[in-house]
Formats: sequence, C-alpha cells, structure tokens
Amino acid sequence: MTTRHKQASLFSKKIFVQAFKDSFVKMNPALLVKNPVIFIVAIGAVMTTIIVFGDIFTKHFSSFNLQISVWLWFTVLFANFSEAIAEGRGKAQAESLRKSRTQTKARRLINGKEEEVLAPDLKKGDTVVCESGNVIPADGEVIEGIASVDESAITGESAPVIRESGGDRSAVTGGTKVISDRIVIRITSEQGNTFLDRMIALVEGAKRQKTPNEIALTILLSGLTIIFLLVVVTLPTFFGYSLTASGMPQSQNLTLPVLIALLVCLIPTTIGGLLSAIGISGMDRLLQKNVIATSGKAIEAAGDVDVLLLDKTGTITLGNRMATDFVPAEGVSKEELANAAQLSSLADETPEGRSVVVLAKELFNMRGKEIHPSDTVFIPFTAQTRMSGVDIKESGGNVRSIRKGATESIKKYIQNNDGFFPKKVEEIVSDLARQGATPLVVAENNRVLGVIHLKDIVKGGIKHRFAQLRQMGIRTVMVTGDNPLTAAAIAAEAGVDDFLAEAKPEDKLYRIRQEQANGHLVGMIGDGTNDAPALAQADVGLAMNTGTQAAREAGNMVDLDSNPTKLIEVVETGKQLLMTRGALTTFSIANDVAKYFAIIPAIATSLYATAHAAGPMSALNIMKLATPQSAILSAVIFNALIIIALIPLALKGVKYRPISANRVLALNILIYGFGGLVVPFIGIKLIDMLLVVLHII
Amino acid sequence: MNEIIQIVLFIAALIALTPILGRFMAKVFMNERHLLKLVLGWLERLIYRLCGIDSSEETNWKVYLSGLFVFNFIGFLVVFLLQMLQAYLPLNPEHLPNAAWHLSFNTAVSFMTNTNWQSYAGETTFGYLVQMLGLTVQNFVSAATGIAVLVALMRGLTRKTTENLGNFWVDLTRSVVYVLLPLAIIFSVILVGQGVVQTFSPYTHVTTLQKTQQVIPLGPAASQIAIKQLGTNGGGFFNANSAHPFENPTPFSNFLEMLTILLIPAALTFTYGRFAGSNRQGWTVFIVMFILFAAGLGLSLYSEYGHNAVLHVAGNMEGKETRFGVANSVLWSVATTDASNGSVNAMHDSLSPLSGMVAIFNLMLGEVIFGGVGAGLYGMVVFIILTVFIAGLMVGRTPEYLGKKVEAFEVKMAILAILVPSLVIKLFSAWACTSSYGLAGLNNAGPHGLSEILYAFSSAAGNNGSAFAGLSANTVFYNITLGLGMLIGRFGVIIPVMAIAGNMASKKITPVSSGTFRTDNWLFVLLLIGVILIVGGLTFFPALALGPIMEHFLMNSGITF
Repeated sequence: MTTRHKQASLFSKKIFVQAFKDSFVKMNPALLVKNPVIFIVAIGAVMTTIIVFGDIFTKHFSSFNLQISVWLWFTVLFANFSEAIAEGRGKAQAESLRKSRTQTKARRLINGKEEEVLAPDLKKGDTVVCESGNVIPADGEVIEGIASVDESAITGESAPVIRESGGDRSAVTGGTKVISDRIVIRITSEQGNTFLDRMIALVEGAKRQKTPNEIALTILLSGLTIIFLLVVVTLPTFFGYSLTASGMPQSQNLTLPVLIALLVCLIPTTIGGLLSAIGISGMDRLLQKNVIATSGKAIEAAGDVDVLLLDKTGTITLGNRMATDFVPAEGVSKEELANAAQLSSLADETPEGRSVVVLAKELFNMRGKEIHPSDTVFIPFTAQTRMSGVDIKESGGNVRSIRKGATESIKKYIQNNDGFFPKKVEEIVSDLARQGATPLVVAENNRVLGVIHLKDIVKGGIKHRFAQLRQMGIRTVMVTGDNPLTAAAIAAEAGVDDFLAEAKPEDKLYRIRQEQANGHLVGMIGDGTNDAPALAQADVGLAMNTGTQAAREAGNMVDLDSNPTKLIEVVETGKQLLMTRGALTTFSIANDVAKYFAIIPAIATSLYATAHAAGPMSALNIMKLATPQSAILSAVIFNALIIIALIPLALKGVKYRPISANRVLALNILIYGFGGLVVPFIGIKLIDMLLVVLHII
Repeated sequence: MNEIIQIVLFIAALIALTPILGRFMAKVFMNERHLLKLVLGWLERLIYRLCGIDSSEETNWKVYLSGLFVFNFIGFLVVFLLQMLQAYLPLNPEHLPNAAWHLSFNTAVSFMTNTNWQSYAGETTFGYLVQMLGLTVQNFVSAATGIAVLVALMRGLTRKTTENLGNFWVDLTRSVVYVLLPLAIIFSVILVGQGVVQTFSPYTHVTTLQKTQQVIPLGPAASQIAIKQLGTNGGGFFNANSAHPFENPTPFSNFLEMLTILLIPAALTFTYGRFAGSNRQGWTVFIVMFILFAAGLGLSLYSEYGHNAVLHVAGNMEGKETRFGVANSVLWSVATTDASNGSVNAMHDSLSPLSGMVAIFNLMLGEVIFGGVGAGLYGMVVFIILTVFIAGLMVGRTPEYLGKKVEAFEVKMAILAILVPSLVIKLFSAWACTSSYGLAGLNNAGPHGLSEILYAFSSAAGNNGSAFAGLSANTVFYNITLGLGMLIGRFGVIIPVMAIAGNMASKKITPVSSGTFRTDNWLFVLLLIGVILIVGGLTFFPALALGPIMEHFLMNSGITF
C-alpha cells in the first residue's frame, strides 16, 4: 500500500550539476574552517600554489610542484563535492515535500469572518477553515468538525484518513488535502518551524549542527592532524641532521611542497572529507523510510537504543482479533456451531465478525446465500447487551435467535430464556482465556452451542525480527492493556523479551524511567496525547503522523506512514550511520601505513648514498615505485581519488547486518581495517605505473 | 638453551605472581580486610592522625588532583634544596660539594616524576643524605603517586553517577604502607644477602696489585635499589646502575631485579580486573602488554644474536656484563624500557641498531607496555579509550568501555594525553638537532647520534630515565629541556587521565548485551595492539627511519661513523 518516495538516484544529473557548483561555493574559507582536516589541506593547496607561481617568476618552474598543487585542490574539491551531493539528495527529497506547501492559500478565520491569506503568512494560533478540495496550509490541530484527508503527498498512502476534533486523530499536516467535509484548524507551528522546515534545516549545510558523536570524531581527527603536523614540522630538522651526517649540503633538505604532500597524505582526509556526507545521508535514508527526524542527535541515539517499548496492537499483532477455531459444547457438532456463528456474524462488519465468516467458509465451505433479508433481523452490538446476533424466521414460523458475545452476557441471555449454561462450556472458556485468547460464546435460543476461539494474530515474521533484535543486543518490551495471562501468552508467541500488562499511559512513562535509571536507552512509538510524556522521556520517541499534535511535538521523530514496526528500521538506520563513520575512520587511519612506505623511502633515499648505489632507505621502497617524485605524487593522487571512490559508500552506508556486535566488528575490521592496510599499497602502485606509462614524471 | 630456560622462567614467575599481588592490591585499595592491615594498620592510622587526614572523606577529581600537585611540589622542593645545600648537611662523608642549580632542578624533577633520569654520577655527586632522604623517599612516593592516579581512574571507570574518586592522601598512604614498603623491605634483605652493599661507612681506599690507589664507593645501596626496581624508578645508586657489582652482584639478584621491574605494573592489571568486576578485563590488558613485550624481546634477541656485519660476530657482547650475557642483558633492556623503569644492566648505547630501536620505540609509546607503576596502566587506558572510540563505532553504537559511553570529552582528553608527550619528544629533539648546544652533547656521529637525542627526550617524556649513554647531558640545555620534558610528560598525562576519571565517574553504566562492543576478547587484544602500533608508529616512524633503521641498513653494508 505504501509507496516510498522515489529515491533520488545517486547521481541524478540535476543533483550532480548542482553539487559540482556547490563544491566551488564551499571553498569559502568561512565554511571550510568548520572541517579542520580539509581546511589544512586547503591551506596546503594555497601554499603550494604560491610556490608554483614563485617558481614561474624565478624561472625555476617545477611540474612536480604544479601537480602536487593541482591534486591538493582536487582533494579539497572532492571533499566538498561529497558533502554537496549528500546535501543535494537530501534537499531534493525535502524540496518535493515543501513545494506542495509554499503556494497554498489559506482561509483564515478572524472573529468568525473568513479572509484569504498566503500560507506562509499564517501565525501560530491562527484558525483556518478547510473544505473539500482545500490544501491544509500548515501543521495544526482540528478544533471543529470531521473530514477525510488525503495525506498521500507526504505519506505516499493513497487511502484517505479521517481527521476529527478531539481525541487522538486531531493532528493535520501542512501540504495534505481535505477531500470531504469541512474542518476548522488551529495552526500549531510557527512558519519556518514545521517538521518539514526542521528537516530541511538538518540537511542544509549552513544550519546543520554537528551531532555529539560527530563532535567527538572531529576532535579525534583534529588531534591526529596536530600529531601529523608535528611529525612533518620536525622532520626537516632530523633530515638536516642526517644531511650533515652523510656529508650533503643543507640545500638538499626537504622542500615545502614535499612536506605539504606528506602532511596531506598522513592526516585523515578520507574520513575528514566524508564525515558530513555520512551524517547528511543518514538523515536522507531516514527520510526515504518516510521518517522525519527533528535532530541528527536523535538518529545517533537510535543506534544506541537497547530497549524498545512496543505497543501490542498494530506492532506485534495485527490490529484485530481473528476467529481461529470453533469449540462446540457437548452434543453439538462443530459444523452446527460454525453455521450458527456464521449466521450471527453476517452483518457484523467488525474485523472479528468478518473473521468468523471467513473461518466458517474455510472450514466448512459455508456461504450466507440461503438467507433472505425479509426473514432476517440483525441484532447489532450495543454497549448494554454486549451481544450481537440475528433473528431468523423459519418457514414453520419458528424464530432462530442466535447470539454471540462475552461469556457473562450470554449467560444472562440464556438464563432469561430459561436455559442453562453447561459447566463444560465454562471450562472451555476459562481454558481459552488462559491461552491468551478471547472466547466468544454462541447461543441459539436457550441452548449454548459452543465457543468461538478469537485470537490475537501475531504478525508474520515478527518473531524472526525480534530474534534479530536480540542478537543485536536490543530487548523488546510489549505494552498492552490485556490482563497478564493473555499478555504472557502473546508475548511468548511473538518472542518478545518482556511485557507490560494492563498498562496505563503513566506505566509507560514509569517503565521508561526505570529502564533509563538502569543505564538503558529506550525507544518507543506513540500516537495518543497521553503518550506524549513517555515520548518525551524516551531517548528515541517516534510519533505517528496520525497521532495528536501533542504526541508529535513530544517525540523526536515522526513517522509519516504511521507504521508501528518502523521503529525497528529507525534503529537500524542509526546503527548503520555510526558503523559507516567507524568503518571509514578505521580505513582512513589504516591507509597511512602504505603512504609512509611510499613517501619515507622516497624522501630519504639520497641520504648516506654511496657513489655506486642508492641510499640504504631505498630498501624500504617495498612497492618498488619508479622515482621519488612519482612515489610522492602517487600517494597524493591516491589520497584524493579515494575520497571520490568512497562517496557511494558514504551515501549508502556500510552494509547493515542484524548480527551480534562481535560478528559485525570482526567483519568490519576485516573489510575496512585490513582492507585499509592493503588497498593503498595496490592503489599507489597502480597510479605509479600509470604515471610512468604516461610519462608524467 | 640456558638462555631460553631463563627467559621462560622469568615469564612464568611474572604470570604466576600477577594474580597474587594483584588480588592483594585490589583488597588494599577497595579497603577490604587483608592480613597486612592487622600488622601495619597502626602505621596507616598514625600517618592519618599526624597529617590530620579524614580517611573516610572522598573528593572529586579536581580536589584529588590538587592534593597530588601540592604533594609533588613539596617533594620537588625538598629534593632540590637538599642538593643545593648538601655541603652544609650531615651524612656526607666524602664532603661532596653543592650541586649546580640546573642539575638540582633536573634531578628533583626527575625523581619527583618517577623518571629517575640521572645527569650525574651518583657516587661522585651526592652524599648519603641526598640519596636517602631525597632520592629514596621520592622513589617511594613518586611510585605511590602513580598508583594513586590509577586507583582514582579505576574508581572513575567503575563507579556510577558519582563525583567521588576517593581520597588522594589515603590512596597514597595505603600504597606506601601496604604495597611498596613491605615489598621493598623484603627485597632489600634478599639483596643484602646476595652481596649488595648497605652501609654508612665512607668509601674504601685500597691499593691494587699494580700499586695504584683505587677508591671503592660504598653506601646504603640495597635499600635504594629495592625500591628503584619495584617502583619503576630506575635511578642507580652508582653511575653504572645495575651493571655495577655492588648493585647487582649475582645471576639470582639479576633475576629478581628484572622480575621486580615488571612485578607491580603487571599485577596492577589484575587489580584493574578486580575493580572492573571481571578478571577477563584485567587479563586482556595483561595479554596486550605481554604480546608487545614479547614482540620487542623477540626482535631485540634476533638483532643481538644475529650476525653483526661490522663486528663480524653473532651475539653482540659490546657494552654488556659477561656475568649476565646477551639474553639477560636484552631481557633487561626490553623490560626496563617497557616499564618506565630506566635502570640498566648493560649499556643501551651499545645495543645493535634494531634492539636500540625497540628500546626507543618502547619509550615513545608512552610507557604503556606494563609501564611505570600505575602510570603504565593509566597510559594504556588512554589507548583503550582511543581504540574503543575508533573501532567501537563499527558495531553501530556510541562507543562504550566498561559500560561507560566514550564521548567528546574523553576523546579530547585521550588525544591530549597522547599528543603532549609526543610534542615533547618531537619539538625538543628537533631543537637539539638544530642547535650547537644540542649537538655538542653527542659522542657519536651518523644516525646513531640522532638515536641518542631521540632516546634522551623519549626517556624524559615517557618518565623512563634510562639513557643511551653516548649523550653528555649534564649541561644547562639538556638539564633544563629534559627536566621540562619530564614534567610535561608526567603531568601532561596525569591531568587528562584524572579528567577522564572524573567525567567517567559521573556517567551511567549501560548493561552488557550482545550489542555491546566487547573489550575482553582476542579481537579487542588485536585491535588495541593495532591502534598502539599504528598511532605510535605513524607518529615516530619518520624519526626512527632516519635514526636506528638507517643505522641498521648502514651497518649491514658495513658503514660506520
């Protein structure tokens, strides 16, 4: 039913062109300085460029210096490009949502009079009227009336939903369309502060706040950068000492471009360049799942969540109970019971009622054809009788009064008809209740025919899902209003780790606090107003879009699909985001080993050289790179190209697998740690060979 | 074969003693009942009463740290003044003169920071009073300071949502009274039994068979040597340190002195496991340290026993005592540089280039392979935090260690603790390499000279104290720069570590689940070793390449300087 937003293809032409332009705009030092690692590269690029111009003026032009300078600029551009393309994709996603809203006109109510204003001019607290055909101008709450609303613009769900004043279905979202009736809406969000606006701000570079984990990682990367700066700054002194010791002039000391090249190769440019792209694309992936996060922090917290509070209904079980069996009373055939049950349910449009009809059809191929409407009176369910059923006039003038309902009400009905309630049936009833089922007793006139076994149907595949969560170290807690007996039975069937039975809204809040006090991070889903405190207390509060405005404000994410299982996907997205960061950091640091083996022998090979042989350091040139210059250039080129090569990975995230932390780690270490050691050896060697073939060096 | 047996015996003894002493120390610092409390409890209580310490009071990390500062500053002042004024003070039978101000500064810093770098020759510079009241006292309390910092850190990592890390004065007193003092007393008695001197008599003047006059220095050596080994101090009573027959007379004394270098640092890993509530956590750290130790030892042995292209021998005996041989000298050199001890039984300057490099690299890593008492393990925790942060992300959660989330503040402090000592090594070495007064101290040309400079500053920053003996360091330049290096290397790590302890203590503990990044298995051992080698290696590879690695290649082609 749900159609996802069309995923912007990784390199759609428009995004690509815009990102290309943006990578130059992002050269602005004020923007660059936010990313210390890339900022250092930019400074290096400027310095080498100045040196190249100096070379030209002093007529000592060095093509090596020029190439170093060019590749340093490319390194900065590539890093900018990765961020720009992630932004572009996120914006494209959000833009299509925003477009629907900007042109909207609103009918504002002032003292009972309507006036037409543009949607962006609305203020919080204004009331507006929407009738069929109107687009709802901004997020708000229905204060009067009931209407069906088409929310497909943001949810992709084509079936209209009901929105009415009061209760849990009062929230409406800007950009959705009223298709029937008339409602009055109070605007609840300031313009520029709706969910969509907040989402877009999260994606856009200028307003984006670094998340706590990004800050920590930036500190690590800056620290490593300072350490390597220290290495490079002190190197000429040790080199100068060695020159003297090997009887060479100080004029042979390392040149500035070589030192800058070494520095840029050592500092973690790969992760530094891709860091913001990873963060943005995490939000983008969430948006593709139709979840709007109100902060990047919330996505990270989702990765940390280790307890999930899940409502039973809708999340673990299908929304409704289903008939799964007919248990006849003594002396009654199963078929007779099924027949009576089916007849009593023909007009029962509740899902339970329909399931009885379906079951009868499945078991005995019964159909309700033989009934003539003129002879039949359907008795609807009322709160007083707590029964429903049918009275059928038969040809002999007899009336068959068939009733189904809760045990107590049928008992009363039978007694009123001078019948008796068999002990055996009572046993069946209590037996079923123990199994977590809901028994529905069927009676005809003064005779009890048997019991319909109504059962909560656990969603297909959910048990497997919970098993995966358990492997990932996440505990699931089922929240239900059922009695403990029923709850336990369903919990066992669904494979949840724990349950909260006969739960009142404040129990949820209490449970979350309790888990948090024990050091857990809790995620939950909620929709009703009385969920709001719990949503606010939870570390990740996913509010359903169909929920009340209060719930949506309290949570830190909104699920546009209002699909309760979405919480699990949100957790996975959070984990994937953190994994991608860790993997690329590991890769980036591991890369340095190979770069050292390229550059150190290259710069030191002349030291202590004897007349007939290269210096002893050439023994460390294990890649057998052609010349010192080709070696340095290859390392710099590899360093730039690896950023471009890893953009797709940064945007898509590393492959996510629902397995235990230990196995994930072992796998990622193998791929990104070991891979990070080996790949650059191969890459640098290949580039070196190419440089030689092309006679660039 | 004999050598292999000795090394195996050494390792076996170390592994066997680790849990015994480790469990005891855990009891001491968790203030549980233990035997020595019955015997020495009166001494602990007496110290509290005399100093007015309320032993039940606990403080936050800042108060803990400021106590440490006050205490260390007083220690520095006492040692400094004792040297400057020794000519006027008693117990100076040789009437040695007052020391120069820069030497006094260097030595006072050196012993206060548990470095024991010696720019002087003990027997010709300091009288018995300076050695005993100044240096030996600092040998005890500088070691106790290191243990106190570690104990505070262990509490910080394992307590939840509190500010309190314990009481510095109490931890200091307990480590001296229950750990260092009893061990040192037992050990000195054994050493005296082996023939180490312990006397207040003046130096003996003898006429040798050649009819020349010889002065044989004496003194209260055994008591200082015991603690110099146990407290990873390393400052010798005599200039030749444990190569001197009066400091280290027999193979048995040599064995014990080597064992005591690593004894407390190794045992503290077990104590750490007790604090963490999981012996596995402790053993994991032990195994990481042990593997790095064994790898260094292996490379050094290979290098010393391999064919030497210049000397044309296999089994380089230059600079080694014949009574110890190659294996015991190499074992000592690796142990002493791993453990921030700095005592020597052979001249490191004469080690072949690669085993010299192992020694330098051990120093450069910040003395985390067993390391100084307390200091080694808290340095290792810094690397652990870094490893957990880098690799822990890969399991898809905010990294955590022992259930505590590792966040921006911890990363910042961990990076500082790694950055600051390497700053000292790099910048001061660079200064020495480019200044005439720096180069003036060198006795060797070629890459070996660079190694000597690197060794000196790495030794200072790592608070090791051993030297590549080729450098004449008793100059104003070296005394001051090395002194500053020791100060920065010590407190540049202690301050961030205490900050980490304080911040961690205030955090909640996330219960372990299968989503937790495990820090007590082989994968973590591998990761931690990887991070230590890569971060350490990347920082120092260029300098090492131009020093010992270059020397190794040159030596193999028969080139010397």
